[in-house]
Amino acid sequence: MVQLMEYSLFTTFFCYLLSTIAFVTAVTGKGSRVGKEVHTRIWGRRGIVLAMIGVALHVVFIVVRVMIGGHFTSNMFEFIAFLCFTIVASFIVIFFLYRTVTLGAFVMPLSVIMLGYASVFPREVEPLIPALQSYWLHIHVTTVALGEGALAVGFVAGLVYLIRWVGDNRMSRTATWLEVIMAVILMVVGFVLTSFIFGAMDYQASFRHSVEGKAVVQEYHMPAIAGPYEGKTVQADSFLGMKEPLFAIPSWMEGKEAARKLNSVIWSVLSGLLLYTVLRLTIRKRIYEMLYPLVKHLNLETVDEISYRAIAIGYPIFTLGGLVFAMIWAHEAWGRFWGNDPKEIWALVTWLFYSAYLHFRLSKGWHGLKSSWMAVGGFVVILINTIFVNLVIAGLHSYA
Amino acid sequence: MENTKCECGHNNPVGTVLCEHCGKPLDERGDRPDQPLDMRYEGKARRSQTKKASLVDRVWNFFSSVKVAIWLILITLVLSALGTVFPQKQFIPSNRPEVYYAQEYGFWGDLYYKLGLYDVYESPVYIALLASIGISLVICSLDRVLPLYKALKNQQVKKSPVFIARQRVTRTETVSSEEKEALLDRLAEQLSRKYYNIRRDGDSILAEKGRFSRWGPYINHIGLILFLFGVLLRHSIPGWYLDETVFVREGETKKLPGLNYYIENKKASAELYDSEEIPMGSKNGQNVVKKYETQAVLYEKNKDTGELKEVKKGSIIVNHPMKYDDVELFQSDFSTETRAIVLNVRDQKKDRIVDTFKVNLFDPKEEYRLKEGLKVTVLDYFPDFALENKRLENGKKVSIPITKSEYPNRPAFIFKVNAPGLKKPEKSWMISGTNLDDVNKENRFAMELKTLKTVNVSGLMVRVDKSLPIIFLGGIISMIGLVMGFFWHHRRVWVRWEEGTLYIGAHTNKNWFGLRRELEDASKKAEYPLSFSPEQR
Repeated sequence: MVQLMEYSLFTTFFCYLLSTIAFVTAVTGKGSRVGKEVHTRIWGRRGIVLAMIGVALHVVFIVVRVMIGGHFTSNMFEFIAFLCFTIVASFIVIFFLYRTVTLGAFVMPLSVIMLGYASVFPREVEPLIPALQSYWLHIHVTTVALGEGALAVGFVAGLVYLIRWVGDNRMSRTATWLEVIMAVILMVVGFVLTSFIFGAMDYQASFRHSVEGKAVVQEYHMPAIAGPYEGKTVQADSFLGMKEPLFAIPSWMEGKEAARKLNSVIWSVLSGLLLYTVLRLTIRKRIYEMLYPLVKHLNLETVDEISYRAIAIGYPIFTLGGLVFAMIWAHEAWGRFWGNDPKEIWALVTWLFYSAYLHFRLSKGWHGLKSSWMAVGGFVVILINTIFVNLVIAGLHSYA
Repeated sequence: MENTKCECGHNNPVGTVLCEHCGKPLDERGDRPDQPLDMRYEGKARRSQTKKASLVDRVWNFFSSVKVAIWLILITLVLSALGTVFPQKQFIPSNRPEVYYAQEYGFWGDLYYKLGLYDVYESPVYIALLASIGISLVICSLDRVLPLYKALKNQQVKKSPVFIARQRVTRTETVSSEEKEALLDRLAEQLSRKYYNIRRDGDSILAEKGRFSRWGPYINHIGLILFLFGVLLRHSIPGWYLDETVFVREGETKKLPGLNYYIENKKASAELYDSEEIPMGSKNGQNVVKKYETQAVLYEKNKDTGELKEVKKGSIIVNHPMKYDDVELFQSDFSTETRAIVLNVRDQKKDRIVDTFKVNLFDPKEEYRLKEGLKVTVLDYFPDFALENKRLENGKKVSIPITKSEYPNRPAFIFKVNAPGLKKPEKSWMISGTNLDDVNKENRFAMELKTLKTVNVSGLMVRVDKSLPIIFLGGIISMIGLVMGFFWHHRRVWVRWEEGTLYIGAHTNKNWFGLRRELEDASKKAEYPLSFSPEQR
């Protein structure tokens, strides 16, 4: 069973990767033999079929995991992997509404990154703590993820819009900011890559320090640039001759894992910048300029509508899962439907953000460029809530 | 006074953008003929645009602005987010926030405290923001929904060709007067097959579907208003809201604070997962709790006789609260408390145990009379023992035993032991978790800890929240509104033939792509294929 679970996840990853390649081929290839249009259609179909096979295998993975552990959305690995699933599923829905092959060339790489990011976290099936033992766990988390999946597709469409728009307005501030977004995405890629590289090297280091008077040991799986506050090295593999942390984190950084998390962030930023520099030096263009040929044939108005449509689908689902179901469950488990827990607050922030988006769009006529920026911003808020709040701000929802 | 009479002869109220009757744009200033028409609220004048005199009107105008609403949303968003930078007052392990934030987080923590962000969700500013959002929801909705309702109800089939030709989706075709009748019939037929409601007026068609989705946002707003109203009620009506915690030991019966109920804790337990259920190297360690449970009986007190009558019996588990009437009891805390210690008194000279006695840590006796005339007196008792350093007046430093609380977390005793045959009574020290053999080595009688008597304590959250039905009803209504508004769309198609020209225009509140495809399909089936792609405009 465990074998089947591992294989299904691996093949899912592989399908998403192949689907990415198919979609990129569909948009970039000239199709000199059959003509551009036929080429795009054929490869687009291959891409969507692969994505659908991937989603089907992803379902197999989820089913097997539920059979083994009884649940599939209780920790970071499970949640991010499921979010990846909902992104691809939302994309498939949007694809059949709008038949846009180009969107696939952007959504599928995102799903590959997401699944890679998910597998950086511990993958064991953990038993559920009492607070999570409820059927609401599945109802609440799946609805939230479905909503966020659709909102993520809205983000990707917004990004496509920006790349397309910037192609016609190269000297704008939007161009600069778009490049910053590209660099940040590379940082996430950098994090996934460094995690895998150091994981493959089996890098180990541990440091002893105290949290609220108790001695704890932090295990590092990446070389320590930032060490714990007043920490002592227990054991550390040498990395480029470096054995001790370069600096210690300040004392106000909370939580027993704060140093390790900050260290991961530093590695992500550094590796992302390295990737960015290498890419820039190889292609001798900005990243968005590299991507522009993929989108230059698109109609701006249609891309804008796809982004809005995805958000219009995602917003009610997110409201249902992230606020309504969340409140019902919070009342059952904790005796109050609202408790100002950071996760709850950020769900509210996400909801307020998209509410502002909708009002700007419907009443203030924020279409196109501004709307696309807000779609990007909304996804940043979602990422803050799924990742930053869990890893940095401690609270009731810190399940990873 | 502006001239608001349209060419078609209809008199419109001041502030009208599109003629109520024929749809022709009225306000020529700021209107760009090359752009599609602004179809918001059907171009109707809203109350906020027509009345601008009294204070009431000014307040109305302020809250009716979507711009103001967006600002309110954004400010609430920013404040909410800022509130998560550092833990809120309720989450800090200290009841002195003025010291805590500065100490833990330095300058920024101090600033955080001084700006009031440490308790932002309870702050007057935040509550005022939520209240303003509530007012804005009411006024914005009323200001728009009434004119919109009137406009959609009194729609004219015959619209000005200018109105039709300036829709975002539009085509103008030359059609001879011989062809037009049959073509109009076919178009009406095809649109009807696509579930449009069709109205004909001479050479004009109005096809419409999904109008009810226009009410979605307003229904959503009603739900939100109801939600906020429920939250307001729970804090303003006495007895509607109760939030207390009660700690009950096994075997104990306690009054629920503020209520006429009593709870008895029959048995409290915590169950751990077996070690094979936990994966190797789990970050949670090897002790993961599987279940917290309190077997409880709820009693109601008879006000006259004072008797307790059992009203509910059952177990309280996390995620499965006990509910009776309006009261809900939640398992929220579990701990094990040492109630008593059992001590052996050993005669070290004869090396045998003389007697065994139990000391209740919450209420120790002054004196314990044991076998063979042995008498143990409690000279001093520190339930939560600690040593405090003090400097005497002569400059010497000494350590003084103190107790940090009245809870027996680390009980310490000074006993006096007297027995026949002892020249003078012995002093015996006992501090839990500390080996004091050195201190007591002169003594003939030694105190040995035999066992600890522990008891499980359940922390139960006691809740009454009578506004919950209103709050959740608000949530449900809000969801219905959202689904109506986002998963359906309002589409209208205007067709008009006039003097050899066929005008087709269409409007939707969302999903233009779908509308275009639908029109292309309908026109194709009406044997008059037209393209409505955006480039064709």
